[in-house]
Amino acid sequence: MTFELSCAVAERGVDLAFEVAAGETVAVLGPNGSGKSTALGVTAGLVAPDVGRVVLDGTVLTDVGPGRPGTRVAPHARRTALLGQEPLLFPHLDALDNVAFGPRSGGASRAVARRDAQRWLDEVGVGELAGRRPAQLSGGQAQRVAVARALAAEPRLLLLDEPMAALDIAVLPALRQTLRRLLAGRSAIVVTHDPLDALLLADRVVVLSDGRVVEQGASSEVLSRPRSPFAARLAGLNLIAGTWRDGAVETADGLVVHGLVAGDPPAAGERVIATFRPASVAVYRDPVEGSPRNAFEVTVTEIEPLADLIRVHAGPLHADVTVQAAAELALEAGLIVTFSVKATEVAVYGL
Amino acid sequence: MGLPRWIYVPALVGAVFVLLPLVAIVARVHWAEFGSLVTSEGSRAAFWLSLKTSAASTLLCVLLGVPMALVLARRRFRGLALLRSLVLLPLVLPPVVGGLALLYTFGRRGLLGSELDALGIQVAFSTIAVVMAQTFVAMPFLVVSMEGTLRTAGQRYEVVAASLGAAPTTVFRRITLPLVLPGLVSGAVLSFARSLGEFGATITFAGSLQGRTRTLPLEIYLQRETDPDAAVALALVLVVVAVLVIGLARQGRGVL
Repeated sequence: MTFELSCAVAERGVDLAFEVAAGETVAVLGPNGSGKSTALGVTAGLVAPDVGRVVLDGTVLTDVGPGRPGTRVAPHARRTALLGQEPLLFPHLDALDNVAFGPRSGGASRAVARRDAQRWLDEVGVGELAGRRPAQLSGGQAQRVAVARALAAEPRLLLLDEPMAALDIAVLPALRQTLRRLLAGRSAIVVTHDPLDALLLADRVVVLSDGRVVEQGASSEVLSRPRSPFAARLAGLNLIAGTWRDGAVETADGLVVHGLVAGDPPAAGERVIATFRPASVAVYRDPVEGSPRNAFEVTVTEIEPLADLIRVHAGPLHADVTVQAAAELALEAGLIVTFSVKATEVAVYGL
Repeated sequence: MGLPRWIYVPALVGAVFVLLPLVAIVARVHWAEFGSLVTSEGSRAAFWLSLKTSAASTLLCVLLGVPMALVLARRRFRGLALLRSLVLLPLVLPPVVGGLALLYTFGRRGLLGSELDALGIQVAFSTIAVVMAQTFVAMPFLVVSMEGTLRTAGQRYEVVAASLGAAPTTVFRRITLPLVLPGLVSGAVLSFARSLGEFGATITFAGSLQGRTRTLPLEIYLQRETDPDAAVALALVLVVVAVLVIGLARQGRGVL
């Protein structure tokens, strides 16, 4: 076991515990205020828990509470590098010196630190941007430099706090691939809202709600199986896992979902997932015939107001419709309806 | 969005009120004698003394004021608000009162006077006293400016730097200082300008000894009685130096 965290912060209503095995990447999912940031803060030494214990590679970093020794290792001595939503590159240093900052702080000579930094920049695919100032980098480039900077510090545990939440959608797949490659075999915690990040980057998922761990398990298990609709709903996405067959996603139940493939097309028989936003789902009372749309016959389980829309739950799936549409359809729990979603609204990715 | 038209009237009155006296000074200068007036021994001594003491007090303000601003901006403890008010007191205190306070602290009969005397140190009425008086009145300018800059900059970069393994001193040296440098420069310029113009605390605590404690403002004040033309010429020199300092700092950093 390389990392164990248990902490209680009364002020924030947090009381949780989880572990990260050696070389394992754990995704922490949960709505705002569920305790994700607190968990990262306690780990990084930025938040002082009332009661808590943090152990990393056998070193006790935090051990506070009644009857505890009161250990609290300073943030800089924890070797837990933090990568947030925003790259937060030091604006007065160029990309190379930003990445060299960690090694320099660790005592490396300037030459060694810079050689290291260049290697990491190459590794994340922005080696040619070494001389640029942060202001001269695009959002995606800057985040890549930030990834290189965090890794160059050689953390024992990498803390990623929604690393892709602030980025342009166009750069996400490539960066996700890079992170996936770099996180393989590395101990890391990724806080995310995106089930895709959890599936592609993490080995295991910890789901938080109201400051507690409510579900945890292998990423694919937690996120792709209907027995955990909570995680999928938490992520705000409809998520269907299946196998790539004849240009469509085929689920174990025989459901066929058409969508747009992002990135390289999957091979036949490959495990794939399809995601689509609830707002992309149209709801009909009658079966939809002869249309290029995906149509699923479902039973409405719950209807819930959501800002100026109505969220229609049907088991693990949900649809957001206008109040007017909901009224016209006379939606209510128990009603059998058809959920229809355009293939262009469904994203299909290799698992 | 436009401004209300009537705003221009008080704005113009204000600008004239500030600029007209400068014009009056320039108009009053006897250009024929200007050179000899500003190069007299007393004038040169006062000029160099002013530059040297102001530079020294600015340095002291930076060395003591930056740490003070850091504590005020980054720490939270009981009595912080009160401490801040007290530290910034010289901003609102009449300089003469500041001079008296310094005299009763470091003067021969002051709070620390006998201890200093025993060590053979006499600061009152020396050049050191000039620097101390200037530092006393100028430091709040630097602290206020730096505290604002530090608060605006926030701690996000510092948190990242620490997570990358940088110890607090490294974070301060390599992240905090470079990030707040523009604010530091503008604070230092303000302090320098305030030191350059310091009069009341200086004359009370340091007196007016030519070459030792008689700075440019003191020289101008004394000359005003005996040789008004010299006073006006020196006043113009002071104005030019102040304008130059602010102009240079602005060009160098794009601040103020």
